Amino acid sequence: MIYREAGEFKTSYVDDGQTFPIRFDRLGYYVTLAVAFLVIPFMVNDYWVNAIFLPFLIYAIAAIGLNILVGYCGQVSLGTGGFMAVGAYSVYKLMTAFPDINIFFHVIIAGAITAAVGVLFGLPSLRIKGFYLAVATLAAQFFLVWLFNRVPWFYNYSASGQISAPERTVFGIPVTGAETQPWAVYLFCLVFLVGSALIARNLTRGSTGRRWMAIRDMDIAAEIIGVNPLTAKLTAFAASSFFVGVAGALFFAVYLGAVEVGEAFGISKSFLVLFMIIIGGLGSIFGSFAGAAFLVLLPVALKVVGADMFGWPTDTVAHLQLVIVGALIVTFLVLEPHGLAQLWRVTKEKLRLWPFPH
Amino acid sequence: MPDTLIFGMEVFLNGLMAGVLYALVALGFVLIYKASGIFNYSQGVLALFAALTLVGIMDGQVPFSHMINAVFGTDIHHFGWQVPAVFAILLTMVVMVVLAWAVQRLIFRHLIGQEPIILFMATIGLAYFLEGLGDIIWGSDIKKLDVGLPQGINASIDELTYQWFGYGFFIDNLDIWATAIAVILVAVLVAFSQYTKQGRAMRAVADDHQAALSVGISLNFIWIMVWSVAGFVALVAGIMWGTKSGVQFSLSLIALKALPVLMLGGFTSIPGAIVGGLIIGVGEKLFEFLVGPLVGGATENWFAYVLALIFLVFRPQGLFGEKIIERV
Repeated sequence: MIYREAGEFKTSYVDDGQTFPIRFDRLGYYVTLAVAFLVIPFMVNDYWVNAIFLPFLIYAIAAIGLNILVGYCGQVSLGTGGFMAVGAYSVYKLMTAFPDINIFFHVIIAGAITAAVGVLFGLPSLRIKGFYLAVATLAAQFFLVWLFNRVPWFYNYSASGQISAPERTVFGIPVTGAETQPWAVYLFCLVFLVGSALIARNLTRGSTGRRWMAIRDMDIAAEIIGVNPLTAKLTAFAASSFFVGVAGALFFAVYLGAVEVGEAFGISKSFLVLFMIIIGGLGSIFGSFAGAAFLVLLPVALKVVGADMFGWPTDTVAHLQLVIVGALIVTFLVLEPHGLAQLWRVTKEKLRLWPFPH
Repeated sequence: MPDTLIFGMEVFLNGLMAGVLYALVALGFVLIYKASGIFNYSQGVLALFAALTLVGIMDGQVPFSHMINAVFGTDIHHFGWQVPAVFAILLTMVVMVVLAWAVQRLIFRHLIGQEPIILFMATIGLAYFLEGLGDIIWGSDIKKLDVGLPQGINASIDELTYQWFGYGFFIDNLDIWATAIAVILVAVLVAFSQYTKQGRAMRAVADDHQAALSVGISLNFIWIMVWSVAGFVALVAGIMWGTKSGVQFSLSLIALKALPVLMLGGFTSIPGAIVGGLIIGVGEKLFEFLVGPLVGGATENWFAYVLALIFLVFRPQGLFGEKIIERV
């Protein structure tokens, strides 16, 4: 009843082109933002932030990044873990080399550095396509992890080979290091997530995004109608790596605090983020959020149900989790290849017509 | 003769042997890719699953014992019998065929006509599923696998090379066996696909699904067969790697070793898988031997990928792959 376009008259191009054309959607969007910024920070405690909110916010950024590359531009990448590591080590080097500059800028510069590395590893995509490219991106994954493991300059010659984030503040409030408040780190990551989502959304519905989608749908045809595959693919790699790098920087500096590269940014991380966008929905910003939320909540829920309620041993629960995630991936691909985002779209279509069936 | 050269030769030989093992895994990929166009990421996990099942059957483990113990508070582990290796291998093969049927029936039948990338992601899901399932059924501890293959240094090669160069080469007996088995396996596979009715049907399906259907070949049957053959290859690879380094999770990572082999050799070529495997095996061992010490070692993790990547830039379809023809 309330979910209607009817009665909304667009009188300007700006109105016509807005992201949420339906009033109810817009309202929901503002309410969600208000809750995320004004309500949740006052309610969260340490457990909620560290177990659910921080991983969700950070993975959502990474998923948006990967979705640009895989979902919008059709270039399958299995190197997400490696690119997140670039973000993490860049922010670490920046934090230790320029302690006076605000960490906010460090994270953004780390994203830019990752974008440059992403373009470098994206270059072969002009020659290599499909599966060959997917496997080729694994080269980035393994090479980058090895590089950060073996070259002592990257971890400032620390004895353990680990990197750990020193304390940095925003407006006098610590966001990295040991003395952080849960609400502060939550808000810090939330700002990045909202920024990323806004930028990504507007990139993908603009001419850049349309070029990406043309390349995805059929690259030769796109080339013939005048899309330059070089710039289209490389901008996709750059934009994608930028967000992934920001996610990696936050993952290290804010969430974990101390990182051993092979463990935190291994190939399983690449697959995790890939699963998020498959389950969430390829080529959808909302899908990135949904997928990240789903795969962050699933292990927590399984642990609560399996280990705490039934008292199963934790290793059995961990194996069960693998089985369930695997089965879910396959089920989603069989039943709904477009993921949670498509379910959401279908629901909205139904809502628009409700209470009539057609 | 200078020492470096002699060591280099030993490294070269060991690289060849390692390459054969990579090629074994890569073979499974090529088979499935040729026949159904599915890029099967789960091949490595398939090898792990086969090896786990083999060990479990040989030792008479109770399936799901971990789970049963956890739920019912019982304490059961083994039936208390030992199954001879040959029977256990046959039984494992039966399990792999059933698995092939299930995979075909439950997953890929529903995905006919989907984009290749969707199929690829489905196999990643399958890999996760099988990995968890194998652990739940048989437990995740490291197991020893011994089907009676000889292991340890080959004494005669050691002696012979000592007489020639004054330095005995270390060549593992198991590697020699693996090489022999791989050669036999490839010969059997080639003979199978060239001379038997089913093999020819398989190649027909690989060429053109619809044309194959129209002359009365059952796609369903062929795909189940291909997955079974891939399961068999995985079993052989699992036995080799399992005997070498124990049956454990890292076994599934050999799939990651096989991928650059495939890229180098081409996804559609059986000889390509062999040659690619040898190049990668020798290349990464020699690189580690010559350049590794200069850059901090452990280059084996990425060398194969970077080699394949650089190679692909010049020849996007791999060494022996079919020429990629693109149409709008």
